[in-house]
Amino acid sequence: MRAFTYERAESPAAAAAAVARNPEARFIAGGTNLLDLMKLEIEAPRHLVDVNRLGLDRIEETPEGGLRIGALVRNTDLAADPRVRRDYAVLSRALVAGASGQLRNKATTAGNLLQRTRCPYFYDPAMPCNKRRPGSGCGAIGGFSRNLGILGTSEHCIATHPSDMAVAMRALDAVVETIDAEGAARRIPIADFHTLPGDTPEIETVLRHGEFITAVTLPPPAGGIHLYRKVRDRASYAFASVSVAAVVHPGQGASGGGIASARLAFGGVAHKPWRVAEAEDRLADGGDAEAAAEAVLRGARPTGQNAYKLPLLRRTLAGVLAQARQGRGEDR
Amino acid sequence: MKFDTPAGPNPSDRGRVLGQPRDRIDGPLKVSGRAPYAYEYHAEAPGAAYGWILGASIGKGRIARIDRRAAEAAPGVLLVLTHENAPEQGEDSDYAAPQLQGPEILHYGQAVALVVAESLEEARAAAALIDIAYDAAPGHYDLAEERDQAKLPESGQTPPRTDVGDFETGYARAPVTLDVTYTTPDQSQAMMEPHASMALWEGDTLTLFTSHQIMHWAQEGVAATLRMPQEKLRVVSRYVGGGFGSKLEVYADAVLSALAARLLGRPVKVALSRPLIFNHTTHRAATIQRLRIGTEQDGRIVAIAHESWSGDQESGGTAEEASSQTRLLYAGENRMTRNRLATLDLPFAGSMRAPGEAVGLLALECAMDELAEKLGMDPIELRVRNDVGYAPEEGPAKPFSSRKLVESLRVGAERFGWEKRTAPGLRREGRWRIGLGVAAAVRPNLAQPSQARLRLDGQGQLTVETQMTDIGTGSYTILAQVAAEMLGLPLEAVTVRLGDTDFPKASGSGGSWGANSSGAGVYAAAAELRGMIARKAGFNADDAVFEDGGIRAGNRRIALADIAGAEGLVAEAGIEFGDLSEKYAQASFGAHFCEVAVDADTAEIRIRRMLSVAAAGRVLNPKTARSQCLGGMTMGIGAALMEEAVVDRRHGLFINHDLAEYQVPVHADIPHMDVIFLQEEDDKSSPIKAKGIGELGICGVGAAVANAVYNATGVRLRDYPLTLDKLLREMPAAAA
Repeated sequence: MRAFTYERAESPAAAAAAVARNPEARFIAGGTNLLDLMKLEIEAPRHLVDVNRLGLDRIEETPEGGLRIGALVRNTDLAADPRVRRDYAVLSRALVAGASGQLRNKATTAGNLLQRTRCPYFYDPAMPCNKRRPGSGCGAIGGFSRNLGILGTSEHCIATHPSDMAVAMRALDAVVETIDAEGAARRIPIADFHTLPGDTPEIETVLRHGEFITAVTLPPPAGGIHLYRKVRDRASYAFASVSVAAVVHPGQGASGGGIASARLAFGGVAHKPWRVAEAEDRLADGGDAEAAAEAVLRGARPTGQNAYKLPLLRRTLAGVLAQARQGRGEDR
Repeated sequence: MKFDTPAGPNPSDRGRVLGQPRDRIDGPLKVSGRAPYAYEYHAEAPGAAYGWILGASIGKGRIARIDRRAAEAAPGVLLVLTHENAPEQGEDSDYAAPQLQGPEILHYGQAVALVVAESLEEARAAAALIDIAYDAAPGHYDLAEERDQAKLPESGQTPPRTDVGDFETGYARAPVTLDVTYTTPDQSQAMMEPHASMALWEGDTLTLFTSHQIMHWAQEGVAATLRMPQEKLRVVSRYVGGGFGSKLEVYADAVLSALAARLLGRPVKVALSRPLIFNHTTHRAATIQRLRIGTEQDGRIVAIAHESWSGDQESGGTAEEASSQTRLLYAGENRMTRNRLATLDLPFAGSMRAPGEAVGLLALECAMDELAEKLGMDPIELRVRNDVGYAPEEGPAKPFSSRKLVESLRVGAERFGWEKRTAPGLRREGRWRIGLGVAAAVRPNLAQPSQARLRLDGQGQLTVETQMTDIGTGSYTILAQVAAEMLGLPLEAVTVRLGDTDFPKASGSGGSWGANSSGAGVYAAAAELRGMIARKAGFNADDAVFEDGGIRAGNRRIALADIAGAEGLVAEAGIEFGDLSEKYAQASFGAHFCEVAVDADTAEIRIRRMLSVAAAGRVLNPKTARSQCLGGMTMGIGAALMEEAVVDRRHGLFINHDLAEYQVPVHADIPHMDVIFLQEEDDKSSPIKAKGIGELGICGVGAAVANAVYNATGVRLRDYPLTLDKLLREMPAAAA
């Protein structure tokens, strides 16, 4: 760990300004990911700006009937909020499927969106990784790639985004609110928030240096059956092989497929939560899970080790939709 | 005390303290953080500087250039050692572990530098500044590719080959045959406490606080490496946070902390980082195992062969002896076993909980399940039909000292509800496919000489001192129980001091021999002390009864405190084991039962319940013994379902080198578990009639899981771990 200086910000704008003026500064909130990365010198900030005490830890109702979740709301508190549990159950379920109780007590909403990949080559400073050291190559391609991405990957990076929360937020059409050093606010739909690796895998979001997340807003409740199915190698404390966040309105739909409408987002498969409008359209048009999965998986480029994620995603989606058709939100 | 005739009735039989489910003596210290582990002897080695070890980042080759100047100039740095400036050390051997002795790199994670600084953070940051250029050489990292070059090793824990009768002919003539190959991956012991050491020099005397399972092995290894007399080296491991075989050897933390402390003239502490542990220390080697079993139509085995292949460094020579249990478990007149060894350039292979049996049974006990199905027999009946009362390779002249395999299977079947098992793939609950599985367990009973010193003081308090270690198993408690039972004292009157080479040499913890061997050592010292007490009190030792803190014969009773007097009484003695293990085959036996649920959509496997039945001689403390079994079952579930140290064959390392990526079961993976101990006292094992249990708990568990997965799904996977990607390929999608 390299030596660093530390300050506690007095306001969101001051926090943004403090980071903006120092190219080697980072925000620190829960620190559940950043501190680990600093120990390995994968992140080596010279300056940390603590944003924990800015009063951004509240969940408020918006005039439109949605929720505005402060950037510093802890994952535990967000998952337990009665309004979230009632109206956005997919988000509660995704949150409690992630990490461990101790980590969720500390991890924040904004930090969760900004956590970095758990690709083993990113985590080993002796290995090549274009995300950690641009231009050094991708160790995962041709290496241990069993749990890495199949969609939206590039020849430079096949990392996945590890968040469960973000997958649910993608299904809910959340909006990320930010403020910059000049105090200017920006609203970024979550669909546009995370980027694909392309030839700049070191860039993971559209945030500019110093741009500070203040909140995530959820639109008014969409109703429906909320499911989050996370498939993994052990029952807890593991990243998703594949996850599905689903908000489904069962019904006859346009042509009797049993689903009137569905929003589906997928985790564990790409550099960002994955959502394909055509898949949802197909379901609304009476298509089955297989047809929807085909649309989701179009363009997939698996490795030999992670090709299993294709049938796994198809089957997981089929299971989730079967459950939704039965009108069951509860997992069994 | 020489143990060479079966034990008769003796004072350890009384069952007042020994055999009772007592709480761990060290429990409160541990849960309140007051039990010092190797990195935490702050009071005894104050002001320690912090060392950080840098491991090689190639799998094979040599260091072309190493520049330590930037690290030496970094803030807080006190010392940087590389092969260019490290002190000369003893020759590499089974014990010695010289570090930084040249530019040659044998394996990824081999130590290439030590940085010592005022703080851990400074040492770690400076280590990143060491500039190294390597000449990498091509290495061999794939067991399957090297399989055909494998040879029988010259030596091992057990013979590399055995032949009885004529396997090939017997197999060729058998009406029913099975020929299957199983594979198991590399595994890491993944104990909680990392390998760590604190070194304190006082003149030419070194005290090394470290984390080791066997004190005198550590002492021999470190002394040989540092080329110093053993009597100048004191090794202390009062508490060890798990070992599982990983802490049977000396690594860079011990050697380099000692060298740096001597150079700097102040204590130095070094712990291995978790990523380094995976590649610097030993692991359980991957295996390929071929089983061939031929039977009569009634299931009676007429020919059985178990061949195993594993790999190690050329200078390591450790084979994973996966065929070993097949020599003990089932009858059959024509037999053949092989434990072959290939040369690989991966980190050194070594012991991990039940080396040999743990992975050997993953193959053998699934093969038995496959065979039962082929024969149309219940898997329990097939095992019962092939039960044998003597070592099957040696014949009736070498009977088992005790063997309750059939009883384990029968009791377990009844308690677990085995009769509810259906044909494969039939039972369904919601989206889950349900299956039951069974496997037999066996682990040879090993013994080592062990000594102890008992000190009785004028307050009637007894202190037990021995080099024995407690690696989380309960040694403190059971040794106190042995001593208390022998001397008629309450447990509270006994203090046990362990893990210090200043104490009498003991068995240490390895091979499941610790409890029985060191317990017998304490028994021997207690017998000596009883004699001293009786003589001093003028009693005939054979008539005297030790109870309630006193000695009594007829109506005469004297308190032990009064006999000990102000100067106290000290007895030192030990146990040595004679040839009973040659006259009798000795092993612990058991059976594991498992119920799994498999997600019909995703092929996720979850354990629903599990039962182990164990017959392992006298159970010294049912609570700590049960914990050993639960831990073994948990580890067995890990081996079956998730544990794999993944080899990157381009770079020659275990790439998933942390506890997020190397997955072991978490609480949510472990459902209801039961353990039943069968009543058994093995009078040929030791005076206290116990046998090993720590490894029995893992032996066969994974096979029971795999057999349950087969029963749930109808899919037989032969490549461990049984992850969902493998199962998904074979398991049809559920009907929508």
